Amino acid sequence: MKTIHVSTTINGDPAEFICTPDETLLDVLRNRLGLTGAKEGCGTGDCGACSVTVNGRLVCSCLVLGAEAQDADISTIEGMADGDTLHPLQRAFIEHAALQCGICTPGILVAAKALLEKNPDPTDEELRYWLAGNLCRCTGYDKIIRAVQAAAAEMRGA
Amino acid sequence: MALDAYQKREFKQVGTRPNRPDGVDKVTGRAMYGADATAPGMLHAKILRSPHAHARIVSIDTSAAEALAGVKAIVTAADFGVPEDDFLRDVQDHCMARGKVLYDGHAVAAVAATTIAAAKAALKLIKVEYETLPHVTDVDAAMKPGAPVVQAGRAYENVPAGMSENVTHHCEFGHGDLDAGFAKADRVVERHFKTAATHQGYIEPNACLASVTSDGKAELWVCTQGQYFYRTLCAALLGMEASQLRVTASEIGGGFGGKTMIYMEPVALALSKKAGRPVKLVLTRDEVFRATGPTVSSSMDVKIGMTKDGRITAAQARLCYSGGAFPNTTVDMGAQAAFAAYDLDAVQTLGWNVMTNRPKESAYRAPGAPLSIYAVESVVDELCQHFGLDPLAVRLLNAADKGTKSSYGPTFDQIGLKATLEAAQAHPHYTAPLGPNQGRGLSCGFWFNFGGNTCVSLNVNTDGTVGVTEGNPDIGGSRASISLMAAEELGIPYEKIRTIVADTSSLGYNDVTDGSRVTFAVGLATIKAARDAIRKMCSRAAKIWGIDEEAVEWVDGAAVPAGPNAGKFPPMTLAEIAAVSAETGGPIAGHYEVNADGAGVSFGVHLCDIEVDPETGATKVLRYTVFQDAGKAVHPSYVEGQMQGGAVQGIGWALNEEYIYGTDGRLQNAGFLDYRIPVASDLPMIDTVILEIPNPGHPYGVRGVGETGIVPPLAAIANAVSRAVGVRMTELPMSPPKLLKALEAKG
Repeated sequence: MKTIHVSTTINGDPAEFICTPDETLLDVLRNRLGLTGAKEGCGTGDCGACSVTVNGRLVCSCLVLGAEAQDADISTIEGMADGDTLHPLQRAFIEHAALQCGICTPGILVAAKALLEKNPDPTDEELRYWLAGNLCRCTGYDKIIRAVQAAAAEMRGA
Repeated sequence: MALDAYQKREFKQVGTRPNRPDGVDKVTGRAMYGADATAPGMLHAKILRSPHAHARIVSIDTSAAEALAGVKAIVTAADFGVPEDDFLRDVQDHCMARGKVLYDGHAVAAVAATTIAAAKAALKLIKVEYETLPHVTDVDAAMKPGAPVVQAGRAYENVPAGMSENVTHHCEFGHGDLDAGFAKADRVVERHFKTAATHQGYIEPNACLASVTSDGKAELWVCTQGQYFYRTLCAALLGMEASQLRVTASEIGGGFGGKTMIYMEPVALALSKKAGRPVKLVLTRDEVFRATGPTVSSSMDVKIGMTKDGRITAAQARLCYSGGAFPNTTVDMGAQAAFAAYDLDAVQTLGWNVMTNRPKESAYRAPGAPLSIYAVESVVDELCQHFGLDPLAVRLLNAADKGTKSSYGPTFDQIGLKATLEAAQAHPHYTAPLGPNQGRGLSCGFWFNFGGNTCVSLNVNTDGTVGVTEGNPDIGGSRASISLMAAEELGIPYEKIRTIVADTSSLGYNDVTDGSRVTFAVGLATIKAARDAIRKMCSRAAKIWGIDEEAVEWVDGAAVPAGPNAGKFPPMTLAEIAAVSAETGGPIAGHYEVNADGAGVSFGVHLCDIEVDPETGATKVLRYTVFQDAGKAVHPSYVEGQMQGGAVQGIGWALNEEYIYGTDGRLQNAGFLDYRIPVASDLPMIDTVILEIPNPGHPYGVRGVGETGIVPPLAAIANAVSRAVGVRMTELPMSPPKLLKALEAKG
């Protein structure tokens, strides 16, 4: 299959890759660029473990083609911390024990950050519906909701 | 010996909530899970699976696939031997069908190729000729004489004659005179229950990276709950010596029991051996549903007699479980757990295992117990309703306690059931008002807990820090709890400890992370390893001071002379002793190896409020409170996490989750869209109340907490729904169509 050359921006840095026309953005990130923070839980857009943002929009990277990344601005979990300073959401997840196995955590953090950028003060219900596309099997979501709200409060205060 | 058993003490660090040591890796995407590893020259593998529920494999032709560019190896059952041991043969046959496919999704061949695309293309070129056979996927149908036989000649000797060959196992527990007991009752209720199979639903699909070299050595990187057990099984199936196969547990993206068993790891190893290159094998979600995991499905009858003042006079359960196409004994655990919460004079549980054309059952959090306890707690609730009795008061009246001869034989030591029930009774949730279409339900839950083979090394570094090496994958914060126990015992700060999970070549055998055993057994071994290191440090201090070893004791992280007669020396801290260890005898390390018993049983009580939408049959969980005895909560946040996670898995089981088979015997909902696990918007906060009734068998009183939490939700939700709609619901899941049907039938 003929490959496509793609120039894009990932976590603020220019990036280039080649991919086949049927290759997903998730496969490109994981297999070609070594960015394995996004996880494949289903490959069908049902679990949210592969969540990234493309031009600020939250997507399941398993449902986006690598070729669609041309000239786009992509953010992944690897770009969430500022150097060695964790994002308030990342810190809150650790402090509130909002992860157990941690496999859904990158996707949930990316999704929660995308929400707080639009809506810095969500209700619990808004937050629960926003995160309804991110499956977590360990926590029952309780501590995730608390952690995101704690981070949101801190970010509003900052 | 006195030090081994529980001793009441004031804790300085145990019971606090420090950040978990693997937290930063897991919030930054750096943690390495099963599918995240690569190796030089790595190939990608794919598995060809049966489209039939039951068929004889007439022939497999791989020649066209082998000729495809990029294909480096193909394996089928012909590449494996035929193990003599029944269990091992079943494990292998589950990984790769031999002669017959036994369920939709059963593996028949596997390909390793240079790209995933080439491996997928090769699968399409493999020609398998099948002769389809009659199939059976329902437990009741499979028990009937004349049902299609899944595997012939597999019944154990304990199965009564005259049953279908699919019935492989029978068990019986209990004591007392049932007839006399039922005769004393003011009312006897007998109900039939049915529950669907569910999947553990771990978000990380099974994945491994296998590398076998021509000198007979092998490496296996895999997401597993037990690297040592995986080594045992894979080495046996590949004819390797254990020492030559090093298994490293990756970070694990959920398991819940489902990653205690191998599914495709020997296939990856066989492909690697044949190709002479590393092979990565990652299952798709469809494959995870069709060929890994699921729980048993069940058909159950429960009969309970009660006096009008709420005393249970006799109780009986008949449990038929199906764990798929292979024999298993999960029904034993269901049968033993069924009436564990009750102090009964007359009780009997009978169990049967039945084979069906479904994938091989794997453990799922308290395997077997949620089903039988769902049935029992539903009948108890119905009797309470009939007599107008308070369901908590009735459970307290009949509750098992210290000294109770349990329904499965042993006499209980100190247990927390009554305290847990009393905590629920005193909680404001129990008396909060309910609205229209709303109901409140409760259920007791129980799990045995397990100890098992455990091995810990504790290394004292010369800078005063400590490394703990243990052998159980961290599935929900166990590095944190183990570090806390080491810090507590040694008397040094938590931050000075680093706990790592060893590969199979770096530490002795450790049982699988199951049975809620890790915080109990690895914790116990860590405390003992710390005590071993403390003895050695006291000996070093004695040497420095020129006094007897026995004249030194360990207080708050330092060696001190024991009493005025020992001499006057300033305390020597761990760091000070470690710094000069080269001059006093060399490195200092503590070890402990044990096959631990004394894992205290754990009881829980769940209380929930639900609302049923009469138009759609959909159930919304409004409020949920978990009460559970943890013995001692080492890291309370992760104890709460276990309670919350278990509760929500149980809510999913009660309301939505099920394996749906068509008349063709094929699984119809092998994806997260159609197999619906609870999402954030389905749920309220899950409140938790941790009880601490110390386990006499652990130095700190710790009990396992991981499994009990999934046991009560099935009945708690069913009782709440039944009370809300005024119809006793006896089938799980209580999905909207089923509930709507029940509402319509009621009129």
